[in-house]
Amino acid sequence: MSENLKPCDHAEVEEAIRWALSGDKTLEVVGRGSKRSIGRAAQWDATLDLSGLSGITLCEPAELVLSAKAGTPLAEIEAVVAANNQELAFEPMDYGPLLGGATDSATIGGVLAANLSGPRRIKAGAARDHFLGASAVSGRGETFKAGGRVVKNVTGYDLCKLLAGSWGTLAALTEVTVKTLPRAETEETVLALDLDPATAVKAMTAATGSFADVSAAAHVPAAAAKRLAEFAAAGSAVTAFRLEGVAPSVAHRKGLLEELAKAFGALGALPAEASREFWRAIRDVKPFAADGPASARIIWRISTAPSRGAEVGNALAERAQAELLYDWAGGLIWAALPPSDDAGAIVVRSVVAAAGGHATLIRAPAAIRSKVDVFTPEAAPLAALSKRVRESFDPRGVLNAGRMWAGI
Amino acid sequence: MPVAMPQSDAAVLARRAEVVAALERIVPGEGVIASEQGMRPYESDGLTAYRQLPMVVVLPETTEQVAAVLAYCHREGVRVVPRGAGTSLSGGALPLGDGVLLGMAKFNRIRAIDFANRVAVVEPGVTNLAVSNAVAHAGFYYAPDPSSQIACTIGGNVAENSGGVHCLKYGVTTNNVLGCELVLVTGEIVRLGGDHLDAAGYDLLGVVTGSEGLLGVVTEVTVRILKKPESARAALIGFTASEHGGECVARIIAAGIIPGGMEMMDRPAIHAVEEFVHAGYPLDVEALLIVELDGPRPEVDHLLERVNAIAQQCGAVFYRASTSEDERLLFWAGRKAAFPAVGRISPDYYCMDGTIPRAKLPFVLQRMSELSAQYGLRVANVFHAGDGNLHPLILYDANKPGELDRAEAFGSDILRLCVEVGGVLTGEHGVGIEKRDLMPVMFSEDDLNQQQRLKCAFDDKGLLNPGKVFPTLHRCAELGRMHVHAGRVAFPDLPRF
Repeated sequence: MSENLKPCDHAEVEEAIRWALSGDKTLEVVGRGSKRSIGRAAQWDATLDLSGLSGITLCEPAELVLSAKAGTPLAEIEAVVAANNQELAFEPMDYGPLLGGATDSATIGGVLAANLSGPRRIKAGAARDHFLGASAVSGRGETFKAGGRVVKNVTGYDLCKLLAGSWGTLAALTEVTVKTLPRAETEETVLALDLDPATAVKAMTAATGSFADVSAAAHVPAAAAKRLAEFAAAGSAVTAFRLEGVAPSVAHRKGLLEELAKAFGALGALPAEASREFWRAIRDVKPFAADGPASARIIWRISTAPSRGAEVGNALAERAQAELLYDWAGGLIWAALPPSDDAGAIVVRSVVAAAGGHATLIRAPAAIRSKVDVFTPEAAPLAALSKRVRESFDPRGVLNAGRMWAGI
Repeated sequence: MPVAMPQSDAAVLARRAEVVAALERIVPGEGVIASEQGMRPYESDGLTAYRQLPMVVVLPETTEQVAAVLAYCHREGVRVVPRGAGTSLSGGALPLGDGVLLGMAKFNRIRAIDFANRVAVVEPGVTNLAVSNAVAHAGFYYAPDPSSQIACTIGGNVAENSGGVHCLKYGVTTNNVLGCELVLVTGEIVRLGGDHLDAAGYDLLGVVTGSEGLLGVVTEVTVRILKKPESARAALIGFTASEHGGECVARIIAAGIIPGGMEMMDRPAIHAVEEFVHAGYPLDVEALLIVELDGPRPEVDHLLERVNAIAQQCGAVFYRASTSEDERLLFWAGRKAAFPAVGRISPDYYCMDGTIPRAKLPFVLQRMSELSAQYGLRVANVFHAGDGNLHPLILYDANKPGELDRAEAFGSDILRLCVEVGGVLTGEHGVGIEKRDLMPVMFSEDDLNQQQRLKCAFDDKGLLNPGKVFPTLHRCAELGRMHVHAGRVAFPDLPRF
């Protein structure tokens, strides 16, 4: 049973890491633990629980910025931002449904450390693109600051980019600043029904390259679509395109999009409220939820070039009996594989290597995550560089040691 | 020269002929320039007050040659300064007297255009505008548009994380680059990212972007291309006080509108520009906004009406919306000519680049006019109003003794002021040598040490572009040392459960 350290301010985080350094101990860094089961399964001597660092410290909607302590619940931030008619435009997904945890239990620090995003990734970017500044404590037990509190800044290295997606292996975040943007006045989703993945990808790439300016494009094959309330009865695949903006613009672009999409299949539409619900389900990968029919399946998250999405998905369906869900116009593939000893890693890695991109094992029993690479293994010179980067922040390997790769 | 560069290494200078010969073996033909006359064009970049001839210039044509040059320099302990088109305004490409100037101009091909995936794969010496031109026939463009876009290169844009007037809506370089091929100082070649989204592991592309040539040399870049908006219209809005202009910007954003471009100019800039370009700018205002909306025509017209209403609420005394593409371009012609226009009213000008929280604008402008009186130098302001990125242009005459020094001191005070009000030293031009010695105004010693430790992970001997960005150079071994005080930590007080 490991110790749980729960600092309540920055100075105590510094103390905790120095304590670990002085005793040669390793720390598992967590917010509220909503993504704890992602990553290599490793053992740590103690847990550094940052959920005690909570609260919004600066909220300036006119400057498009918000600062908060790293353990602040994302839901609290989203509520405050929404009250100002703004949003975190990168639309961070909630891993609760997929991993079987509670919904709405992420912290802003965890969202950034995991570089989360959502369907709007193709238009608005990921957490990395909205992460403006941070205070943090490195694995050396030293406080450092990254970035600033303004939306445009090139002073010094952009350490926020590096901290985004570092899964707590470089530093413990204590306070962060993110960009907030106006939220769309309205939205609507256009549907094309019954397309096969290859045709759906063609339709989605056509849409993303058109004046329709879609803010999301996803394809849900029939097997997954029947688990979405709206489409349970229809029994057909659904390809969806989201339009956001002011009403006259959405109406105009809907016309453009329907003109373009009708060449591919029968059309449908989801009005604003249904559209919001649909995209939340896509964002959180609800068809593969841990409490649903796919609960026993292994989940992989694959990023590739959109035009190669169908080829990757088809290969995984054929070679690994995968069920699939395509977001990002085909560039993000959620693959649900039947349980197996290696989580299907050999097949997934070879298919993704051939297409280009990367794959992360998101949901699998700890026993498998301790022997199979969870993150895409890097080629030799790059792996060595990543290791040196890690050591430049945390030379002793105190923070989340071994969570990304063995030794990192 | 007020900013001191690292001292030349006499041992390296003594071996100059040997270094030149070695480089000639790696890059045969015309690829090595060692004559004083031949190296003269490389002695400076866009920050022309600083000049230094390099030891030798090398212009490789292939990734393998870049790798071989770097591996050689790493082995022999020779410093290297990478250079794109040399348009840096912060001295990022200023040569070192004992260093190899590694020019990337021959990497000038567009390797692939992939409209389905909306990416282009280009060599780093391709100019920013050439990327947009190469995809224009299909209605696409590359979004970041620094004002030097005719000349500046994509490699330089990656090094500086360049912005432009449209970056509030479309992002800066880092938001529009998906991958690169990077040669490390050891000569090792790594690929970061690709034509897919997000990094597989650490986002090293994110940290290489904006690293000012200190971490590696980029030999290929995959950029995102976007569909050109269906239409665009701009409005000129004049105010009798900068506060009103600032309030208008804040209310436009509060109304949920993110314009494609939102620029502000103060009276001296407006007058300089209008005399030069005759863009139809009003001369009886203290602040002029250009607000451009882009997208489908119904959206643009709808939002422009709202902007007009907001402008009236904020006390606008001048409002004109473009009714044709020619008129829109004319509005922009003024803003885009702001630097040369100021160049006409003063023998020299010094362009600054701080970012401030926008609400502080009236205070900063007021302080700036006080400083202007104190230093006896005029200043004109152009401002990327949406994101708070300020470009004060300090007017001076380099031929008058002491004026350059005064302009630089004035500039430093402006940047200190930016940090004081919660802003930063540089929004898009980079630190280079220009703002290097001001870094401690914004960063503590620990902050800077951590950044330099990251540099050590890429460049263990500190050979890539030393003397830029960091005011004090430390040896990597010294930076890596740990000081752990076992037992001295008051940890038992920490709540546990």
